Amino acid sequence: MSDIDFTFAVARIRSLENSLLNATAIEQLIACPTEENCLQLLAEKGWGDSDTPLEADAMLNRETEKTWNTMREMGIDMSVFDVLSYPNEFHNLKAAIRETCRKGKHPGIYYEDCEPSGEEIEKIIAEKDFSKLPEYMAAAAQEAYETLMHTRDGQLCDVIIDKATLEAIYAAGKKAKAGILKSYAEDTVAVADIKIAVRSQKTAKSLEFMKKAMVECDSLNIDLLARAALNSVDAICEYLSGTAYAGGAEALAESPSAFERWCDNKIIQTIKPQKYNPFSVEPLVAYVLARENEIKTVRIILSAKANNLPEDSIRERVREMYV
Amino acid sequence: MSLGVVFALLGAALAVILAGMGSAYGVGVAGQAASGVVAEDPSQFAKVLILQLLPGTQGIYGLLVAFITLSQIGLLGGSIPAIDIPTGLMILAACLPIGIVGLVSGRHQGKTAVAAIGIVAKKPDQFGKAMLFPAMVETYAILALLISILAVTNIPV
Repeated sequence: MSDIDFTFAVARIRSLENSLLNATAIEQLIACPTEENCLQLLAEKGWGDSDTPLEADAMLNRETEKTWNTMREMGIDMSVFDVLSYPNEFHNLKAAIRETCRKGKHPGIYYEDCEPSGEEIEKIIAEKDFSKLPEYMAAAAQEAYETLMHTRDGQLCDVIIDKATLEAIYAAGKKAKAGILKSYAEDTVAVADIKIAVRSQKTAKSLEFMKKAMVECDSLNIDLLARAALNSVDAICEYLSGTAYAGGAEALAESPSAFERWCDNKIIQTIKPQKYNPFSVEPLVAYVLARENEIKTVRIILSAKANNLPEDSIRERVREMYV
Repeated sequence: MSLGVVFALLGAALAVILAGMGSAYGVGVAGQAASGVVAEDPSQFAKVLILQLLPGTQGIYGLLVAFITLSQIGLLGGSIPAIDIPTGLMILAACLPIGIVGLVSGRHQGKTAVAAIGIVAKKPDQFGKAMLFPAMVETYAILALLISILAVTNIPV
């Protein structure tokens, strides 16, 4: 599809952007005294449906469904969103492998709206016919399954699948024509590598473990990052200060939650110019990312309200909004 | 029938075809954007319809020049006139400005109208300002129309 073919979809998205939550709406949510008040305010703003119960999970899941339903209605090639849907697909793979290796059925463990579905992946794994899985998933699925069966090491199984997820995202980003997808894939992989480095440093993991978990990307040298992680968090910050993630180093020095927020805000900063782009698939990708960011922010506020956290500590965790 | 008439008719045809193509593209692409906005907010129908129609004028200009050309060479009278080749070529050249500029400006005005429809979608109260951007492109179609009309009407047939 050429850029012009997205004209209808982008114009529709421009209208839908009006209903995204802005900073004022987020402040209103933070000012609500209870979680129930927040949910009522969200319902007034059109979140959920008439039949959606006034519960956080139900409402947030419905909003995620709405976003993807809107994209499907646009009549565009949905493969452009592969980069964004891989984490859910690989989550289903992870859940399916664990489900196959343990007794009993555990409903509600899979994300819906994925291709192949969680149930299909589970059936393929039970039959050990890994070639039926998508190409980007097959080898990792087999390795993770065999690792879990032989070692019963769930963490190692997760590391294999998480790495395969990042590799799939990175490969899809490299292949994508849209610059926003390339940037998103690069940032996602780099941020994941930084998180692996920080967590490995805190749990004293080996260099070998880190290299097994990290994925090569253009903006970071994972060898230097892993070696920095062997020393201290300060060494990680020092290495990052000489990269495109210098801002992340400052946030990392502040607190882990500040770093998480910085990661999400960086993606929002990357996609913001798409508000003024009338053509191409990029505003659609930006809208999906903006919705994900919005839902994540609302989830943070709702769980903070449910746990009676003070407003100041909620503000620390609230992400920058797209509009 | 002289070859001059063929050239003159070719000029009229090009004015209609090229300018019409530009308008069809512009109105088409702006129509897609207008549909996208109306799908979410039907109350914007009138505003986006006006913006969609802006690139349609090039086609009308092409039709006008073609009509004047046909009238000028006397074809509308029902008989095939005798026009020499140099005059026919001059009429063809006179028709080209609106044809070519109509094609290019129609496409660009369509794209600018799409961007303006985006403004209306986000800020409906800014419709007046939004309309000015695609209207600016119209200037160059009007300039070409003027030259085509002046040239066609001043060529002695």
